[in-house]
Amino acid sequence: MSHPRVTGVGLTPFGEHSERTGRDLFAEAGLAALDDSGVDPDDVEALFYGNFMGELAEHQGHQAPLMAEAVGLDVPATRYEAACASSGAAVREAVRHLRSGEADVILVGGSERMTNIGTAGATDALSIAADDLYEIRAGMTFPGAYALMARAYFREFGGSREDLAAVAVKNHDHALPNEHAQLRKEITVEDALGAPMVADPLGLYDACPITDGASAAVLTSAEYAAEHGLGASVAVTGTGQGGDNLALHDRENLARSPAASEAAEEAYADAGVAPDDVDIAEVHDCFTIAEVLAIESLGLCEPGEGIAAARDGKTHATGETPVNLSGGLKAKGHPVGATGVAQVVSLTKVLEGESAWADDVGDARVGVAHNAGGTVASATVHVLEVVA
Amino acid sequence: MSDKARDGAFDDWLDAIEDDSGYYVECENGHGWLPPRRVCPDCGSRDLSETPLPDAGEVATFTEVSVATPQFSADTPYVTAIVDYGPVRVTGLLRGADPDDVDVGMPVGIGVGERETTGDRAVVFRPR
Ligand SMILES: [Zn+2]
Repeated sequence: MSHPRVTGVGLTPFGEHSERTGRDLFAEAGLAALDDSGVDPDDVEALFYGNFMGELAEHQGHQAPLMAEAVGLDVPATRYEAACASSGAAVREAVRHLRSGEADVILVGGSERMTNIGTAGATDALSIAADDLYEIRAGMTFPGAYALMARAYFREFGGSREDLAAVAVKNHDHALPNEHAQLRKEITVEDALGAPMVADPLGLYDACPITDGASAAVLTSAEYAAEHGLGASVAVTGTGQGGDNLALHDRENLARSPAASEAAEEAYADAGVAPDDVDIAEVHDCFTIAEVLAIESLGLCEPGEGIAAARDGKTHATGETPVNLSGGLKAKGHPVGATGVAQVVSLTKVLEGESAWADDVGDARVGVAHNAGGTVASATVHVLEVVA
Repeated sequence: MSDKARDGAFDDWLDAIEDDSGYYVECENGHGWLPPRRVCPDCGSRDLSETPLPDAGEVATFTEVSVATPQFSADTPYVTAIVDYGPVRVTGLLRGADPDDVDVGMPVGIGVGERETTGDRAVVFRPR
């Protein structure tokens, strides 16, 4: 199989841009990706776009054609919505279209405007990824849901708030050299433990910030990249997606994320790789506990062992399998609909050798992106490899 | 309290809990769910029947929420718990216990209460 190439990538700075409209954010990222790719914009055949809360944050539905227009494209455009996995789902659909030969050039991306509605507004908007009748009406928030999972995890496998703090400390450290990151500030375990509680046992430093931002990538067929001499060295070699019951209480095990495990198994089989082959990962650490669940689902650790990975240095840039070199959602920021593509952007840069951590990860050949929606009722996993 | 339309099977279910006759929906293979369900998501069975909810469940996990949505601002801080009833689990507010005294495995009963912020009904667990 010839694998689609990542020929161009673009990001806005992630952070507080409360007065910037979604269309302006996406235009910046989309145009950057087109410029980076060297692709003639007339060759772009479609936009696959991720966004979660546009109706609530901007009173704007039907965003995909608006975003195509914003980057100067007159092409079919479709929005994908899978909560925080929205643009991961868009990447997957683009990869499948390119592989099937239905298209040669697709722009994928996502954006989210969040800080304009404030913390309470964003908490409200994020909560609707849960079951309205049975969860939201019982007071479940997005942090609350992950707190329920964290306590269940501690109960089943052990672990402590100190272990979770180590995840935050690592991801803040990784974000220091990332000029697109929202939180470029070193923190300590003591800082994290001393921060106010959001939903016990999760505190403020266990949670990703509220973020405005956009991401984009130009994906092309391998043939198109070769014909046009694009020299793209990174390919998406595997894609997988999993699903689960929406309400957390309907899951068999409250301390696992099987949708992500299914997505990972599918993506690994698709790429012909095993967890041992993975050199670097960008995972969906919307909360510190989420990174623990993610690396277990990806097979980078056994169930119950993920909690110790950051504390033991295994997932640091200098460790065995660096996770979230970008800073992750935790420190880079989490503009929800942009996150899945932003992970692909970050992995591509590292695999192309453009990373502040190149001394530690310069020989990385296989990267994996894990994007999760809600309490992981949706999950996509993509394998990226250096192929040239 | 909002005056929007009832959410059919959900409000019927709350009515039943208020009436001390709570139930869940069970397929012939013993998979339990909350209504409305026309098919068991686990095994595909469409042979579902209303089964009485046991008197007491056990707290499976819980959290004390300090940062809430505007619909819960006056309730904050509050405890949300997932309670295990065997074939089915239910999410609700846990009241009547100091958060420091709540623990996994604690037996609780189920009822219906009002949200302080909006007056809307909510599932409320209390220690028993
Ligand atoms: Zn069944």
